Amino acid sequence: MADYKELWKSLDIDLEKHDELCEVLPEFYGDIYMTQKNRPEGMNYYNFVVSEIHGFRIKELNEFRGKGGKVFGGFCVFVPDEVTLAAGGVGIGLCGGSDFWVPDGEKVLPRNMCPLIKASVGAKIGGTCPYFQSADMLVGETTCDGKKKAWEILGEYTPIHVMDLPQMKREKDIENFKDEINIFREKVESITGNKVTAENLKENIKLVNKKRKVLQRLYNARKVQNLPISGKDALLISQIAFYDDIERFIEKTNELCDELEARIEKNISVFDEDTPRILITGTPMAIPNWKMHHLIETSGGAVVCEETCTGTKYFERFVDEDNDDLDSQLKALSERYMGINCACFSPNEGRIKDIIRLYKEYNADGVVYNSLPFCHTYAVEYKKVKDALDKEGIPVMMIESDYSMQDAGQIKTRLEAFFEMLNMNKELAL
Amino acid sequence: MYSIGIDTGSVATKGVLFDGNIVDNVILPTGWSPKNASKEVFNKLLERNNISEVDIKRIIGTGYGRISMDFADKAITEITCHAKGAYYLNSNIRTILDIGGQDSKVISLDEKGNIIDFVMNDKCAAGTGKFLEVTLNNLGIDVNEIDDLVKDNKPMDISSMCTVFAESEIVSLLAKGGNKGEIASGILYSIAKKSSSLLNRVSIREKIAFTGGVAKSKELKRILKDKLNKDIFTSDNTQIIGALGAAVIGWNLK
Repeated sequence: MADYKELWKSLDIDLEKHDELCEVLPEFYGDIYMTQKNRPEGMNYYNFVVSEIHGFRIKELNEFRGKGGKVFGGFCVFVPDEVTLAAGGVGIGLCGGSDFWVPDGEKVLPRNMCPLIKASVGAKIGGTCPYFQSADMLVGETTCDGKKKAWEILGEYTPIHVMDLPQMKREKDIENFKDEINIFREKVESITGNKVTAENLKENIKLVNKKRKVLQRLYNARKVQNLPISGKDALLISQIAFYDDIERFIEKTNELCDELEARIEKNISVFDEDTPRILITGTPMAIPNWKMHHLIETSGGAVVCEETCTGTKYFERFVDEDNDDLDSQLKALSERYMGINCACFSPNEGRIKDIIRLYKEYNADGVVYNSLPFCHTYAVEYKKVKDALDKEGIPVMMIESDYSMQDAGQIKTRLEAFFEMLNMNKELAL
Repeated sequence: MYSIGIDTGSVATKGVLFDGNIVDNVILPTGWSPKNASKEVFNKLLERNNISEVDIKRIIGTGYGRISMDFADKAITEITCHAKGAYYLNSNIRTILDIGGQDSKVISLDEKGNIIDFVMNDKCAAGTGKFLEVTLNNLGIDVNEIDDLVKDNKPMDISSMCTVFAESEIVSLLAKGGNKGEIASGILYSIAKKSSSLLNRVSIREKIAFTGGVAKSKELKRILKDKLNKDIFTSDNTQIIGALGAAVIGWNLK
């Protein structure tokens, strides 16, 4: 990485502590990513993005802000980027996916809570994440009790706007969320000083849909028998989608997809033919949380799809592009976002249908249900999912795990046993 | 020809020599080197039966030390091996409760002995052999003495599932003048409680087998039987079931 010390200093980064983070990440990434064989050439762009994770993009954001641009930091797939972009702002994802930030988070939060929240809060209050430092405003939402209350604490450090996400999916809830998007629009307008108009919103609805389409294209490449890309790489791309420059991301990911489709034509795969295909479902995997994918793909499995916020929940289904007035556009946005089957909703039957559909679409052999500790909504919902999958004859295994690697050996044994079981099922089916 | 299965656990390393039937078995403490222990078990099996490596068709490694066995043809998880081993001993088994040194697991089988589902404890030592070892250590008694000590004693309530908390709970009970036998009985009840909650996470179908080193306790078997109100199958070979399963898999491999 180039020298960004001055830039970081200007962002009020705790340089000494930040150095510790910069020291471990390259090796961590190298061990997990660069050891993969036969990776697509197009992954070089994402390697570059990670190698410059606190550099290049931060510089871009800094230049943007120097010209009066405003940056909005979100934590969730429910924050509508279309609105931010329409007001000339930039949205970035801020969720914390590393153990590194947990001790700082625990200074103000209870120990027994979800590591994602602890890491996110810790990244801010420890002053070790330049993305947090680059955000003019944070945008929280009410997807769980832990986050809801954490915003109150984060609000002491930085301006935050909280969107009230309804917890049911009735007509009035969709109406309510439309209202919330409208309040968000007003907020974004007041910060950026730019108006959201039907014209620029329409344009940005199309732009964000374009990003969703390229991610869908990437995921389509994972439906084939000979996987042209590893699950780990696909996860990385999804994670980068949250904070990269949108136009460049679309372009680079389309280039990668060209390569992947050429690989498919030539039957080039990064896995052996009989590798068990795994659908992951559960809690979000914020960068640099690659743990479950890494454990699966080094235990003899391949991840073919993620039914998570850093997966299909982020890009499936488009916002209707055919509206020309603000009111119908906001309605269309609410409908699309309220269609996300997050475990915060009750009931949430749609998620079960999604899992079964994705299992079939991606020709999966089994499902790994992954939950961060203390995530009540996802942990409780496991029973409903398991019962439904049992009925369909779909093998599923629950793994609850945080960001630390101390349980890696145990998890590997369970995964290997699961794959042995899936392979035996396959042999029996032949 | 023979096959050999070696199960290198956190406490003991078990080996089985197999030719369609169990020919011999060896159990040694794992010690600090799972690699050496597994090699030693292997050599001992050859030596004791006057055979050499060329007589061995397949060597299958299992248990947490399976990755360090460079002389094995294949590594297979202890979950699959336990299923095979228990089913080999009794083909009516549909549910297996296995309590080993550092993990406990429940495996559900179909009528052909294939795994349908399984659950395993997470990184916590609650309800494992380690829990038993550590807590009994507080009483100054050896694991092998537990059945004699527990007999006819009614259990004292030990509510902590956590090994570390249970340890301090036992220290308090002893300080209050608690009877060793009653405390030891409480420890077994605590393991039974944890085991049945693990069992309840899969659909329990009979017959149930109880395996692993901890299954050597007849008292624990009785407590479990009363708790579940179901018959429980154990084998004198309980500790070698993983190694046996590995040997059976090796024998059947083409």
